[in-house]
Amino acid sequence: MTEIAGKLFTWINTRLPIVNTFERHLSKHPVPSKVNFWYLFGALAAVTLIIQVVTGIWLIMPYSNTEEQAFSSIEYIMRDVDYGWIIRYMHTTGASLFFAVVYLHMFRGLLYGSYQKPKELVWIFGCTIYLAMMAEGFLGYVLPYGQMSYWGAQVIISLFGAIPYIGESLELWVRGDYYISGITVSRFFALHVVALPLVLIALVFLHLVALHEVGAGNPEGVDIEEHLDEDGVPLDSVPFFPYKVLNALVAIGVFMTVFSIIMFFFPEGGGYFIEMANFQEANPLVTPDHIAPVWYYAPFYTMLRAIPDPLGGLIVMASAVAIFFIVPWLDRSKVASIRYKGIYSKIAITMFGVSFLTLGYLGTVGVTEVRKTMSVICTIIYFAYFLLMPIYTKYETTQEVPERL
Amino acid sequence: MQDKDKTRRKVLIGLTSAVGLSGLPFAATPFIAAWNPSAKAKAAGAAVKLDVSKMQYGQQIQVSWRKQPVFIVRHTEESIASLDLALPKLADPNSDKIEEPYRGLNPSRSKSPEYSVFSGVCTHLGCAPKYFPEIEPKPWDATWNGGFFCPCHGSMFDIVGRVFKGVPAPTNLIVPPHMFDGSILTIGEDKEL
Repeated sequence: MTEIAGKLFTWINTRLPIVNTFERHLSKHPVPSKVNFWYLFGALAAVTLIIQVVTGIWLIMPYSNTEEQAFSSIEYIMRDVDYGWIIRYMHTTGASLFFAVVYLHMFRGLLYGSYQKPKELVWIFGCTIYLAMMAEGFLGYVLPYGQMSYWGAQVIISLFGAIPYIGESLELWVRGDYYISGITVSRFFALHVVALPLVLIALVFLHLVALHEVGAGNPEGVDIEEHLDEDGVPLDSVPFFPYKVLNALVAIGVFMTVFSIIMFFFPEGGGYFIEMANFQEANPLVTPDHIAPVWYYAPFYTMLRAIPDPLGGLIVMASAVAIFFIVPWLDRSKVASIRYKGIYSKIAITMFGVSFLTLGYLGTVGVTEVRKTMSVICTIIYFAYFLLMPIYTKYETTQEVPERL
Repeated sequence: MQDKDKTRRKVLIGLTSAVGLSGLPFAATPFIAAWNPSAKAKAAGAAVKLDVSKMQYGQQIQVSWRKQPVFIVRHTEESIASLDLALPKLADPNSDKIEEPYRGLNPSRSKSPEYSVFSGVCTHLGCAPKYFPEIEPKPWDATWNGGFFCPCHGSMFDIVGRVFKGVPAPTNLIVPPHMFDGSILTIGEDKEL
């Protein structure tokens, strides 16, 4: 019996590189031996992506992508489909937590210089994933065709209208109708469930392939390739499997606990994960009193609101995301990790973090004069962090990076 | 000879690529054009008619044209006469910044001196401004003379839809093409335009 299984395995393995791939990317893939919890969010993002794909497939089955049926099909999922509520809440909780872990993952990158040479492409693929996620999240939020779906989409699509000359016809082309109708919903559905997931999965693949080519980083910013043993394996490394996989399992366990607590007890997340206005069907004639984005877009929405001119707002908002792409060329520091960077970098990243969180808070509340001024100040700090980076990283005194991890 | 061959090959590759690429717009056409409003969507977006003679003075109603709110306000002579009061607050009193179909025809900005017809979509980010006709101090303006206030981001407009200075909305509310046949108002179509 084992002999037959062994022969079968050999037969397959000579035709498909199972052992090679397993060794190359898992059991013999060296990763730094010492990292901290910041290095776990990539794995958690992968887990969340899988949750989103699986629950998404199950949601497509009872969902109806027409103007008349979209909203009621969500009610149908919640009330009449066996366990439909839990599948939908898994998907909505997954969406918010996907953004949460990706934001932490990106912050890790900024903290420890995970974009520095030769990891520029890993970083750029990551930024593109984030961009695709923002589009994916937006399209998905429109599908229930609730009030916030409708009016949120109205605000976002009218951003296209701010583009000079072609804006208005572009808006009409994106909607395919004179308002956000069933036609818009069904094309967003196609993009949300087929087009963007394909793009996302392809990008995640490229992100990982590029990462495995250049090797994972560590919080010290030490290049582990400098000290190899006689077999050419870095001395300060352990194989990815089983060491890091088992490590990640603990993190996944903790993450799943948090996930379940939210899913079972706070699926609306206090109106931040699913907004209350979205429990009403879309009504093109009545605007909700307060239009706020879901929390993960809030910082950028605040920037949009801080600029009085729609085109200016659009440019600032787009630049705020686009600027991440050029970070590898903005950082002129000799060292990668914040631990060995100078005081200016430490102040800058703290101010950046605080301003990003403040912008996020401001995007979820109404506008007052004081908050408007705060939005402008935080927007300036946000951009200053990036635009001044070539200066403060170049002229500050850095500390000596240790030889070994 | 060798070099000459290479040049020839490059020219051929270039030409073949160019011919091949010229097919790209043709191949892309159906995919792009399929996103245009369909014949059904266009039919549903046709003009709407209504009788406005039953409206009260000072009343505002909204009708749906292309599922977008269009506001109709019936003015009294006094309210038309008091339009100038708001003049210092206005950003663009003569609608110079937008395509105004009936510029200079009536103070109401429409084809009728008595009725205003304008889109109820805020020119900032597309919310629907709310009608506050009362002449009394409001939280957003202590010298409020009646008009429209957008609950989303605080834009203000006067009773004929002209935008105030210093608010997020960049332009006046848009006047759609319309025509009156007696008291029958058609929105979305104007035979004289």
